[in-house]
Amino acid sequence: MSERQIELEVLRYRPEMDDKPFFQTYSVPCQEEWVVLDALNYVKDEMDRTLSYRWSCHMFVCGSCGMAINGEPKLACKAFLRDYQTKIRIEPLSNFPIERDLVIVQDDFIEKLESVKPYIIPKQEKPIDQGEYLQTPAQLKAYKQYSMCINCLLCYSACPQYALEEKFIGPAALALAHRYNMDSRDVGRSAREHVVASHDGIWACSFVGACSQVCPKDVDPAGAIQQVKFTSAVDYLTSFLPGGKR
Amino acid sequence: MKVVNTDIVIIGAGGAGLRAAIAVAEADPTLNIALVSKVYPMRSHTCAAEGGAAGVVKESDSLDYHFNDTVSGGDWLTDQDAVELFVNEIPKELTQLEHWGCPWSREDTGKVAVRPFGGMKIMRTWYAADKTGFHMLHTLFQTSLKYSSIRRFDEFYTTDLMIDDGVCRGCTAIEMRSGEMTLFLGKTVIICSGGAGRIFPFTTNGAIKTGDGMAMAYRAGVPLKDMEFVQYHPTGLPGSGILLTEGCRGEGGLLVNKDGYRYLQDYDLGPPDPWPRLKAMELGPRDRLSQAFYHEQKKGRTIPSKWGDVVHLDMRHLGEKKINERLPLVRDLSRSYVGADPVTDLVPVRPVVHYMMGGIHTDINAATPMSGLYAAGECACVSINGANRLGSNSLGELLVFGARAGRHAVEYVKTVGTLEGDARIEKQAGDAESRIKSLFKRTGGKQRVAALRRDMNMTLEEGCGIYRDENSLIDTCTRIADVRARYRDVRLEDKSNVYNTDLYQTLELGAMIEVAQTVAISALQRKESRGAHQRLDFTARDDENYLKHTMAFYNPNGDPRIDYADVTITKSQPAARVYGGAAA
Ligand SMILES: Cc1cc2nc3c(=O)[nH]c(=O)nc-3n(C[C@H](O)[C@H](O)[C@H](O)COP(=O)(O)OP(=O)(O)OC[C@H]3O[C@@H](n4cnc5c(N)ncnc54)[C@H](O)[C@@H]3O)c2cc1C
Ligand code: SF4
Repeated sequence: MSERQIELEVLRYRPEMDDKPFFQTYSVPCQEEWVVLDALNYVKDEMDRTLSYRWSCHMFVCGSCGMAINGEPKLACKAFLRDYQTKIRIEPLSNFPIERDLVIVQDDFIEKLESVKPYIIPKQEKPIDQGEYLQTPAQLKAYKQYSMCINCLLCYSACPQYALEEKFIGPAALALAHRYNMDSRDVGRSAREHVVASHDGIWACSFVGACSQVCPKDVDPAGAIQQVKFTSAVDYLTSFLPGGKR
Repeated sequence: MKVVNTDIVIIGAGGAGLRAAIAVAEADPTLNIALVSKVYPMRSHTCAAEGGAAGVVKESDSLDYHFNDTVSGGDWLTDQDAVELFVNEIPKELTQLEHWGCPWSREDTGKVAVRPFGGMKIMRTWYAADKTGFHMLHTLFQTSLKYSSIRRFDEFYTTDLMIDDGVCRGCTAIEMRSGEMTLFLGKTVIICSGGAGRIFPFTTNGAIKTGDGMAMAYRAGVPLKDMEFVQYHPTGLPGSGILLTEGCRGEGGLLVNKDGYRYLQDYDLGPPDPWPRLKAMELGPRDRLSQAFYHEQKKGRTIPSKWGDVVHLDMRHLGEKKINERLPLVRDLSRSYVGADPVTDLVPVRPVVHYMMGGIHTDINAATPMSGLYAAGECACVSINGANRLGSNSLGELLVFGARAGRHAVEYVKTVGTLEGDARIEKQAGDAESRIKSLFKRTGGKQRVAALRRDMNMTLEEGCGIYRDENSLIDTCTRIADVRARYRDVRLEDKSNVYNTDLYQTLELGAMIEVAQTVAISALQRKESRGAHQRLDFTARDDENYLKHTMAFYNPNGDPRIDYADVTITKSQPAARVYGGAAA
């Protein structure tokens, strides 16, 4: 197997001992088929036990290892070394406070995810012994794409609006709200509306689309937000019609 | 030390832990739940499960069929009362998950679709494309947000169980962001900490699957059951060990050797029909398929690759449309990691460590022998898996037994009333904290975590793999005892408090060594071949002496003490396991 020497420039920050973040360079002997995560694991095992980062599944599905690689938000387990030159710069995801090294604080996202009521709100509870709700493949398709989000936060890191305004609910949480709104088993749209269609919800999005570009799961949060804007606008206008909610 | 007073502590927020938490919240909303996990719930390894979850729903199927497949698949080491209960409850659990929003794949009629899986006589595996575990986990996590009694403690690393007078009352855990030790004090604990595949070097298991909960219960005196039964999945990607789901073969994928020959027909699994025949060939059970690879390799009929010997998984005839619809992740992973597109190329695969059949000894209510302590999911051994788990039974297991653990813990809490001894527990928690502090203070430790882990990994692989014998196992046991002794002199290099992964990897290694030792010693003592435990020196199944569960008891200073317990047999007497055409 062929080997390649890679220079990893890794952002380090340990709040108890470092005044401010700095870069540390590791020269790592890498196998050609490795991903950036493998190189980091090599550093951790063989060179520097003090480097911290999150990871688990190594198969693009747990969403733990989001980081900025050469400035781009990526999953470290999906960033193949073959696509990079010999020098690679690795930083924590931007737009989040650094907890330590490549580990970011994600409380804000978790709160936002919780705020959109991401669960089925049924019209009426159906007893289990009556079996499943029928849902045709077409009905499944209506929301399936938006259910693929692994909460990796790459989209928040890429989002210019979130960078400016921390209150913005943001791409993944809005896409998740849309996922439930579009589910044929759910009638919870109005219960989610006060968050989703608020000042900090869909209307804050300036539709740059960076979120959809970086998403490793093709969730297309930007598309979801556009769709929600459309339906909310229709709702709003309908509410002025005779018999409307207003 | 921070103290969190609660009623029920759940360690682990994967599929089993979340299901248990919801069961508690539904059974009694007045009880406080502390859901403690070393990773955010959606990072738990349940997310990696691809293929599906088995449950009887179709008219052509019956509970008896699922029962029989599971019992014979487990080579009669399953407890049949547990299996019976499991096959009865799983369809309800899967339906419940449907009501909670799980995006199961559907038939045109809108009913849930099922796919064939290895060792199953009828198609009964519910699936959500090839991301079943991911969707189940996110559905459970998101649904859990409805219940205000579930209080999450994400990124808290549990270190010890707190036991007063033989009764489990809580645990200590380190808040990873601050390094602060926290005592979770309640009336009962449910361990849902997942498997331990990381004790092996080549595994489908994520970094977090280090057997922490198994080791915690074991050190507290609860036996680990049937640990010698380690499942190799026949189709892992070479190099990385990433799994290609059995769904590939369920959809019609074929296994061929270097001559393009479907070699499974040489191992009592034929005939080689062109269509997927259930319980035959590629849809045989995992133990038999992984063993067949070993023999092909011995015969020189595997294919050498830069990652070692492989065979080929051929999915080309399925066509791009079907592959994209049913196996999109498989396509993504194969292309990215081995540069093979299943639509046009043969994909190299080899057996890979996947699942621990063994675990914390529990009964059908998920109760361990210790009062106040429950366990469910992959960390537990009920046992519905026996000597070999059938694919798609463990996602079901974590639902059925996660829910039962929750409900029975609620019943238990009702009976205990007020408990005394909090002061004694606080003292115990202090001791646990001191042990961690002493790791920080230790100077001059000579042993490196990565080196010890590698030694443990390699010795298990070499001596305790798909085939084992007396010599290889004795060697493994000796080497693990050596690793265990060296671990006492392990060196912590990072002394900071904030998100110190050097510390957590060190603690995880400690857990893995204990678990690894039970695997090797249990394997050495079982002088027969059954399911996933194959001995070259004892090649036959020996019901007379070994139709028994192995129980490994902790011994701080030496090898675990091994004892045996009876297997519960209700309606299926041990018989030959038959696959291939003869199974029809
Ligand atoms: C790649 C792959 C594919 C699979 N596919 C299938 C399939 O198709 N069908 C099927 O039936 N089965 C499948 N399995 C098996 C199945 O997915 C697992 O057995 C099951 O998901 C385990 O769930 P769990 O809840 O027990 O554990 P996990 O989901 O692993 O969760 C464990 C939890 O415990 C926590 N934890 C662990 N240690 C500590 C600690 N010290 N302190 C605090 N928290 C801790 C973790 O944070 C985590 O939340 C597959 C397994 C793998 C690896
Ligand atoms: S929408 Fe995409 S980028 Fe954003 S968190 Fe989800 S998976 Fe990650």
